[in-house]
Amino acid sequence: MERFEYANPTSRKEAISLLAAEWGQTEVLAGGTDLVSCMKDFACTPKRVVSLKRISDLRGIRSSGKELRIGSMTTIRELLEDQHVKQGYPALIQSAEYIRSEQLRNMGTIGGELLQRPRCWYFRLGYGLLAQYNGKSLVPDGDNRYHAILGNSGPAYFVSPSMMAPILIAMGAQVRLEGPGGAREITVEKLYRTPAQPDEREHTLHPNEILTEIIVPRQEGARSAVYEVRQKEALDWPLTAAAVVLKMNGDTVSHARVVLGHVAPVPWPSPEAEQTLEGKTVSEDVAEAAGKAAVSKATPLSMNGYKVQLARVAVKRAIMQAAQGGA
Amino acid sequence: MANCKYEWPAAGDRRLIGKSISRIDGPAKSSGRAKYSLDINLPGMLFAKSVNCPYAHVRIKSIDTSAAEKMPGVKAVRVIMGVGKEVQWAGDQVAAVSAVSEEIAEDAARAVKVEYEQLPFLVNEADFDKDKTAGRTRQAAELKVGDPDKAFSDPDVVTHEGHYGIPVITHCCLEPHGHVTEWMGPQSLRTFSSTQGVSAMPAQFAEALNIPANNVQTICRYIGGGFGSKFQMDAWGLASAQMAKDAGKPVKYLLERAEELETAGCRPSGFARVKVGAKKDGTLVAWESDCWGTGGPTPSGVLPIPYVLDIPNRIRRHTFILANIGPARAWRAPNHPQAALLTMTPIDDLAAKLNMDPLQLLMKNADLASEGRGKVYREELQKVAEMSEWSKYWHPRGDKTPGHIKRGLGVSIHTWGGRGHAGNCLVTIQPDGSVTAELGSQDLGTGTRTVIAIVAAETLGLPVEAIRVKIGDSHYPFDGPSGGSTTVGGVSASTRRAAVDARDQLFAAVAPGLGVPADQLEAVDGKIQAKGDASKSLTWKQACRKLGVKTVQAHGKNPGQCMLGSSGVGGAMVADVSVDTETGLVKINRMAVAQDCGLIIDMKTAESQCYGAMIMGICYSLFEEKIMDNITGRMLNPNMEFYKLAGIGDIGELKVHMMTGPGYDERGVIGLGEPPVISPGAAISNAVANAIGVRVPTLPVTPEKVLAALAKGGMA
Ligand SMILES: Cc1cc2nc3c(=O)[nH]c(=O)nc-3n(C[C@H](O)[C@H](O)[C@H](O)COP(=O)(O)OP(=O)(O)OC[C@H]3O[C@@H](n4cnc5c(N)ncnc54)[C@H](O)[C@@H]3O)c2cc1C
Repeated sequence: MERFEYANPTSRKEAISLLAAEWGQTEVLAGGTDLVSCMKDFACTPKRVVSLKRISDLRGIRSSGKELRIGSMTTIRELLEDQHVKQGYPALIQSAEYIRSEQLRNMGTIGGELLQRPRCWYFRLGYGLLAQYNGKSLVPDGDNRYHAILGNSGPAYFVSPSMMAPILIAMGAQVRLEGPGGAREITVEKLYRTPAQPDEREHTLHPNEILTEIIVPRQEGARSAVYEVRQKEALDWPLTAAAVVLKMNGDTVSHARVVLGHVAPVPWPSPEAEQTLEGKTVSEDVAEAAGKAAVSKATPLSMNGYKVQLARVAVKRAIMQAAQGGA
Repeated sequence: MANCKYEWPAAGDRRLIGKSISRIDGPAKSSGRAKYSLDINLPGMLFAKSVNCPYAHVRIKSIDTSAAEKMPGVKAVRVIMGVGKEVQWAGDQVAAVSAVSEEIAEDAARAVKVEYEQLPFLVNEADFDKDKTAGRTRQAAELKVGDPDKAFSDPDVVTHEGHYGIPVITHCCLEPHGHVTEWMGPQSLRTFSSTQGVSAMPAQFAEALNIPANNVQTICRYIGGGFGSKFQMDAWGLASAQMAKDAGKPVKYLLERAEELETAGCRPSGFARVKVGAKKDGTLVAWESDCWGTGGPTPSGVLPIPYVLDIPNRIRRHTFILANIGPARAWRAPNHPQAALLTMTPIDDLAAKLNMDPLQLLMKNADLASEGRGKVYREELQKVAEMSEWSKYWHPRGDKTPGHIKRGLGVSIHTWGGRGHAGNCLVTIQPDGSVTAELGSQDLGTGTRTVIAIVAAETLGLPVEAIRVKIGDSHYPFDGPSGGSTTVGGVSASTRRAAVDARDQLFAAVAPGLGVPADQLEAVDGKIQAKGDASKSLTWKQACRKLGVKTVQAHGKNPGQCMLGSSGVGGAMVADVSVDTETGLVKINRMAVAQDCGLIIDMKTAESQCYGAMIMGICYSLFEEKIMDNITGRMLNPNMEFYKLAGIGDIGELKVHMMTGPGYDERGVIGLGEPPVISPGAAISNAVANAIGVRVPTLPVTPEKVLAALAKGGMA
């Protein structure tokens, strides 16, 4: 990796003041499980790394009657063991359980999980987020077996790697971002965007902002579930994933949120699937129809057509699980 | 050879041989006390890093190392591939630098400026694209036996034709390749090498460095995987020694993970169009195959197909494709896993066409196996059928039960040689009773240390713990490299011969005092006693004390007197899988193997070989693939996230049965390291076909390929 300056601030304010106003100069270090490997691969080369580890008020989970507030530096392990989360937000636990590595659970943080960089192999090999080679993306003619099937009109073809973002979006969660000008809260959905230029990031965080908190509204009467299609039981990346939150009115779905993961450069909400579900009693057929709707606009690349089927199945199975009581 | 003095004890007399004994280095390994080459850190040691070529095929136009040399902390720089040299695969080492820290070495490596001239490259050969492979093929000699055309044209012969394949994979050793080298004097070198051939390594360094081989000592006490890829000193080994000399400091040069996957070995691919024919009763009569594959820029081995079964009329053609994918290196049972897949899967498809149970079809044709091993295969097939509950779970193609989870069973058989290699063992008995066995061998994790201890202990009538085994150092007597499953046969025989002679010397020393002729003595239960008369006995310690100031030393050799081992083993394996027809995911429920390897010295480490082999087999059947990019020529998954290996949750239940007793034991010791890794590919592919009713033609059996096969036919 490139040489860098290491900053270890003790307050949010100090941390923010150490961050540069443009990307590439500085990076935030949380658990480091992703950032350090990016740096080793020269996929990012900050001049200064600002650690958040000593900022104690970024860590911990608070629960009130109306919401859950998770400090961004809370580890995956702490999340998995939290009683409030277990009781009120079991689908969050379900999504975190897919991180099948004790080391990642102990070191990785929820903030880092949401902001981890894409795993696109061209990006990690040093061709940039847009996989540029001789002025053109390597992905369409290259090996795109794990790339996007939705939102992939280019120039971005990678998939959003976060597994917790889809369920947090489905739950209507917000993130709190703090920068030099103060704090702002946006939906998790708005945290992500598809970059159009090589110097843009895949999220809307400003370079000198830190993510401080994740705020999840209480899931009153909701049934939710996450389903990942993954090749291995052991540590592995999903091929596709889906998160579903259903609000029920008796036997019928009054409101549905369906968000896909690992299919597009951003977590991919599917209004098509949601509309298919609303007002219906969930059955195998209805879930199947919603799965179909979720991929109706898919535009697979040369090697990833199979992911369309996998996304359809992930949506169907997440819906069935949610309907049968949820995570 | 009856009554040969070295022969193995009869079944009733074996106290240790054949029992389940835990490996003697288990505690050292599991506690982290075992030092691998990667763990060696010497005072003042420098760290080496490579300058890796980022292109698949280039000629080096210029190299400028001056900036790197000037960097503070850099102590040596060596060019590995000079100007004008052709680089044949991405990642190859062009130069190396040594510095006082890994970080500085890495920075310095990046400061080396190399200019390349781009040359055309080929990195994917599965589709045998005629345009892209033009000028890059070599034809192997055709093999023809009998009259295949005539046999196929017989109206009573049912034929099946298909396309099958297995891609290039790597060895992915957990401990990367490399060495720590240290000059002990101007002409004398010590290397801590991650190697499968401790005794053979000094000669390689000596020749390259032009120093006497006797001045080189190679040490490898523990190794984190080799699988056939760690016999050579390699360019990085030589560079390490050269830089150590230049700098006057020890140099540690072990590869990074990406280099390990890109440059330290490939298992050649094998793809084939196969035609196979049998009579309606399942008797195999004809075979024709056109095979192609790559093992890098030079031709590699011809795949021995049809495999195991010498179908009477057969023809095989093989085309080597020269591709820029990395160097071919022996991969656990070289050529056999590919050959098993390319043979056992078309035969399984033919069985389906004949409406036959494939296990019965193999039984029926087992006598086509060479060396009259048909009977053994039938016994093994029988056994593995019981272990896998074949009659309960096997069904004709396509699991007809409702739902999207389909279960299936598949079978394959395999063969291997495994004759013990040439080697030497020195057994020393000290007057205080301590015993050592010294061999310039290595324990690849297969249990070699433990086996040596068991053989010596059995021979001397001592417990296993009484033997100090010294291996992993070229200063010990020469022993062969560990390849071809030859180690257990070699070390068992040389140790047996050495221990018998040492024991006889001890008998001679104590015979007069006991008043018993030396040839009437026996060593049992920690005592030397008159055969059948425990009243005339000495404890081991008392007996050794009689040696006075002399030590007993005996040298055992292999090959040598008495038949202590032979060659030729087989095995039958069944895979039991469930396939999710909606996602294409394959889950292993169970794997079972019945395996012979002659006389088993340690049942526990023998079974462990089979467990490990099945796990490795599951990895290459479901996950492993060296994914190469057509545009950049680079490996896209040179990491352990996307070069996928199974975890505990992915392997299902593994069952092992070692064939022992009459018919097996008297063959002596035969190797086992490789054979059980051969069949998993075919067995798993066949199980998937049995489950979903359609063949997934190539490994790894990924969700993508299962869905594609189902889309073509089958039972989605
Ligand atoms: C081998 C491997 C396999 C994995 N497999 C899985 C898997 O199967 N499923 C899965 O879900 N995940 C998986 N992960 C991802 C893992 O969950 C993430 O690496 C981890 O959660 C990241 O957390 P961290 O705290 O270590 O982040 P870091 O590495 O510290 O940071 C990641 C990124 O987020 C930024 N960042 C972090 N926190 C903040 C903050 N508070 N404010 C602003 N920016 C911030 C950093 O600057 C950096 O760019 C895997 C990771 C690895 C290395």
